[in-house]
Amino acid sequence: MIRITRPLILLAPLLAFLAFAYVLPFAGVIGWSVSIPEPGLQNYSSALTDPLILSVFWRTFRICAIVTVISVVMGYILSLLWVRGTPLVRTLTELCILIPFWISVLTRAFGWLALLSHRGLMNGWLEALGVIDDPLRMIRNEFGVIVGMVHFMIPFAVFPLAAAMRNVDERVLLAARGMAASRTRIFWQVFVPMTAAGLMGAALLVFVFAIGFFITPAILGGGRSVMVAELIYLRIFQSPDWGLAAAISVILMVAISALLTLLLKQLSPKGAE
Amino acid sequence: MIRLRPGLVATALAVLVGLFMLMPLLAVVPVSFTPKRFLSIPTDELSLRHYRTLYQDREWLEGIWMSLRIGVLSAGFATALATFFSIGIWMFRPRFAGLLMGIALLPMVAPPVVSALTLYFFLITLTKFNGVVAYDTMLGVALAHSVMIVPFAVVLVSVSLAQVDRRMDLAARAMGASLGTRVFKVIMPNIKFGVIASFFLTFVLSWEEIAVTIFITSVEAVTLPRLMWQGLRDNIDPAIAAISVVLIVIVAAVVVGRAAVTAVRAR
Repeated sequence: MIRITRPLILLAPLLAFLAFAYVLPFAGVIGWSVSIPEPGLQNYSSALTDPLILSVFWRTFRICAIVTVISVVMGYILSLLWVRGTPLVRTLTELCILIPFWISVLTRAFGWLALLSHRGLMNGWLEALGVIDDPLRMIRNEFGVIVGMVHFMIPFAVFPLAAAMRNVDERVLLAARGMAASRTRIFWQVFVPMTAAGLMGAALLVFVFAIGFFITPAILGGGRSVMVAELIYLRIFQSPDWGLAAAISVILMVAISALLTLLLKQLSPKGAE
Repeated sequence: MIRLRPGLVATALAVLVGLFMLMPLLAVVPVSFTPKRFLSIPTDELSLRHYRTLYQDREWLEGIWMSLRIGVLSAGFATALATFFSIGIWMFRPRFAGLLMGIALLPMVAPPVVSALTLYFFLITLTKFNGVVAYDTMLGVALAHSVMIVPFAVVLVSVSLAQVDRRMDLAARAMGASLGTRVFKVIMPNIKFGVIASFFLTFVLSWEEIAVTIFITSVEAVTLPRLMWQGLRDNIDPAIAAISVVLIVIVAAVVVGRAAVTAVRAR
């Protein structure tokens, strides 16, 4: 008896807290999804058939896919310098990754507003250079959302990529060099394949994070290119339809769980090959 | 040892990406010195009026004070829970350790908006029973933040436990130390830096939390990020630029300082 209760003293507070404040309320959200406005599964059927909601799902998927590809490519370049540069380069790269990483998402979105808005810095520079005559429209559309999200996601792409690059055995690269492979060839045919698992992990991580994310899209999209997460917010606070919002949340949770399972499989060490 | 360094092309591309990362942070600086009431680039004169707003305006001061209190409360609570939990897992290695860890990390991996809706449900349900720990109250927000940040504390404390020599704890047990002695006198001193680090990380996470906060506050428990969010949504208030510059300077000082210390130590 004593042997069973002892670990419980340490484990129970956190587990009880999360059960009470997170797991049970999530069951309540599931409850909303099948009981508001009336019992039944109509919220799910409308979430999966209503063309408006489907278009939001499709836009979310499209934007997240674009953001994932761009973030992973840009993150790969940064990680390369962060892991393999000279000590000075490594420090400078680290600052470019960690300073934005620690700064709040609101401040970063605000910075993009200051840069990209109608009378922002970017339009000012481009006009001064004579590249454009009229200000470009760079926020309140998908372009602004993608730029802001890529900026937010790059550090999350960098961490798994850098971890994968640190694991690359230097001797393999030197062996390729010794066999007179060109630097380009070493990069594309040796280095990139050796970090492929890190690339997949980074892409999945960024994609999963991007889907549930709504602060940057809400600020830089200006309510015009609404994504799933923002749709949930709007259905709770602006044109209330709690049942539908709850159903979309449950669908989102299921989708993310599936992706995370995939991610864990990707990260777990494979058997002998 | 010889290393293949990145070539010219990679370096040039990385400089562009690095600029991309820093650009929005730098862009905030000129905007914060505008003398005008709306978001604009100062042309002929600079002004500190938006910095004055930060410490003279009641709204901003109250937002900062609210965020500080919520941060300390939730970081303290989450770190305490996470420390006991992680030690429990480490000492006893229970049969379903993986599953228990999974539950503890759930709020970290779930989409923020789903957590936000869940905690909204939680707090409006609590509101039916009391007015202290409820929707749009300081304690309600602190509780909700605790849920969101506790997984990060679990990760940090577990990482520092992984460095502790298990035999020390076994020796203490063999000599008849009670559970309390083992936890507080043997294990805690060995992980105190991890616990302190986890308090600071969770404080920062709570201080910056916005996704959940939007769902669970309206007019009473207005945190600093909530205030910034309102300013960004309605008409853009340059005071946000001023507070942003202050936050950026603090973060940059800490990160650069840390990098400098690491560089000096490495020499």
